[in-house]
Amino acid sequence: MSWFKKLLPSKIETATGGKKGVPEGIWSKCNKCSATLYRAELERNLNVCPKCGFHERLTGRTRLAIFLDEGSHEELASDVGPIDYLKFRDTKKYKDRIAAAQKKTGEKEALIVMAGTLKQMPVVACSFDFDFIGGSMSSAVGERFVHGVHTAIERKIPFICFSSSGGARMQESVISLMQMSKTSAALARLSAAKLPYFSILLDPTTGGVSASLATLGDVIIAEPEALIGFTGPRVIEQTVREKLPEGFQRSEFLLEHGAIDMIVDRRQMRDTVGRLIAKLTHQPQPIDDQNNEIRQ
Amino acid sequence: MNMTHLDFEKPIAELEAKIDELRRVGTDTELNLIEEIDKLDAKSRELTKSIFSSLTSQQVVKMARHPLRPYALDYIERIFTDFDELHGDRHFSNGAVIVGGIARFNNQPVMVIGQQKGRTTKEKVQRNFGMPRPEDFRKALRLMQLAERFQIPIFTFIDTPGAYPGIDAEERNQSEAIARNLFEMSTLRTPIICTVIGEGSSGGALAIGVGDRVLMLQYSIYAVISPEGCASILWKSADKAEEAAEAMGVTPDRLFKLGLIDEIIPEPLGGAHRDIDAMSETLKTVLARQLKQLQSMSIDKLVEQRYQRLMAIGKR
Repeated sequence: MSWFKKLLPSKIETATGGKKGVPEGIWSKCNKCSATLYRAELERNLNVCPKCGFHERLTGRTRLAIFLDEGSHEELASDVGPIDYLKFRDTKKYKDRIAAAQKKTGEKEALIVMAGTLKQMPVVACSFDFDFIGGSMSSAVGERFVHGVHTAIERKIPFICFSSSGGARMQESVISLMQMSKTSAALARLSAAKLPYFSILLDPTTGGVSASLATLGDVIIAEPEALIGFTGPRVIEQTVREKLPEGFQRSEFLLEHGAIDMIVDRRQMRDTVGRLIAKLTHQPQPIDDQNNEIRQ
Repeated sequence: MNMTHLDFEKPIAELEAKIDELRRVGTDTELNLIEEIDKLDAKSRELTKSIFSSLTSQQVVKMARHPLRPYALDYIERIFTDFDELHGDRHFSNGAVIVGGIARFNNQPVMVIGQQKGRTTKEKVQRNFGMPRPEDFRKALRLMQLAERFQIPIFTFIDTPGAYPGIDAEERNQSEAIARNLFEMSTLRTPIICTVIGEGSSGGALAIGVGDRVLMLQYSIYAVISPEGCASILWKSADKAEEAAEAMGVTPDRLFKLGLIDEIIPEPLGGAHRDIDAMSETLKTVLARQLKQLQSMSIDKLVEQRYQRLMAIGKR
């Protein structure tokens, strides 16, 4: 203990106090390779494990913060919150589930929409927050999404969506089911206005979100090893009663089957999307980021 | 006892069996049982009325899945004439669940698309238990785009437990097949009338369900997921399907009150399977009236209204 103690900077020693084990907030363990990582370094690396490249989940807000240019954010439709149309109740009241999700995430709904710039190019970007009831699509999520699309159409700028969702939210039944057609219809207008739509698929993207807005991108990009599909693997396994093939429904599987354009490491996402948008909208090539330090 | 009776239909079935027996006895003997039979007939109708006047959500679910329930082709052959079935998605296969083709409706050329379930075990397997694969959805889209080019109105008939949850469906991008239909149907420049005739479950139903009018038969259901699926996720037990059906509001009256559907089409006493011809006649009358309304509008206005209708769902 003593020789190791000497190696640590004094402020860390203070922070750990006399506690045993890995202190919260300073060290972190990779979910894939189990490497013990210095939290600050992991964050500098956009929560991608420096050892094995595993992409940790991010909150919707952090996602947009690291994607858009620093200080360019203007949140849209933030006043649109959930409505309990059906007075739905399972083992818990939907109302209580909403309250718990809001408390846990600090967000009002599972989708965050922002107008901002990417490499000085104005865009509208939105991101699902998987921690908010599994990133499920409610009427509020659909409403926020089309608000973002309509803003992009008004301002004649590209639209980007980061998806991470279990699908349509069951607690709003057909109202959330029909958000699939609502969001798809708005994207048809965006397409008719000849504005590019970038759909970026994160772990996991399934169900009604996968079967609507997420697969309608002019360009579809996935982060490495993300689970993407219509039916979740557990349900498929129960239906076909056989073991699913290795890597089934992962980004690499989708690329091989022609479902997506490319797999992009989170640390190259700004550069890649920036380059593509610049070409599709006839703008000069943007400058690649010098480093991948977190911007917020 | 006939196995094709649902539990709550049993008292009616028993009474009907008694009436049949009396009729047989009546013809065999000199006894005049007409009066007695008439009385029992009236009683049977009253019983049916009273049972069907207060069905629970779960009972409506059972009606929508009734083994004798008429399927898409039962209606197509009764409502349309000159039906030429067209096949294939032009990429992979025919798609055995969604049937489609060009027909005449009151002499007017129309495109008809329906999800077809199988009646016998062999047919059920052949129709994949009504669960469409990507090629089914892509065939439907191809036919709908054909209809658009020749300004032919589209009728769709929805009856599916959901899109097929299989490995091959995922390999051929089930998600994209559904999403593409939603995207394209929202702008098709021809009237689209969608009718839920049995089960309308999840994205598999919606993929042929984006239209200018969405109608439901009285004992059909529409939901984001099957009650069993909902129960096993939220209650962690498929046994809670009854609660899930109630909570999700799967019945036409709940959906109509929420403004999600345009019209509920009444079924014959005891359900569509009791009198398929009468059901078809009612359906045909409603479809004709709705189509007439849509065709009185300019196509620009029609498509704009369809867009506004979609945007209004969950609007603040």
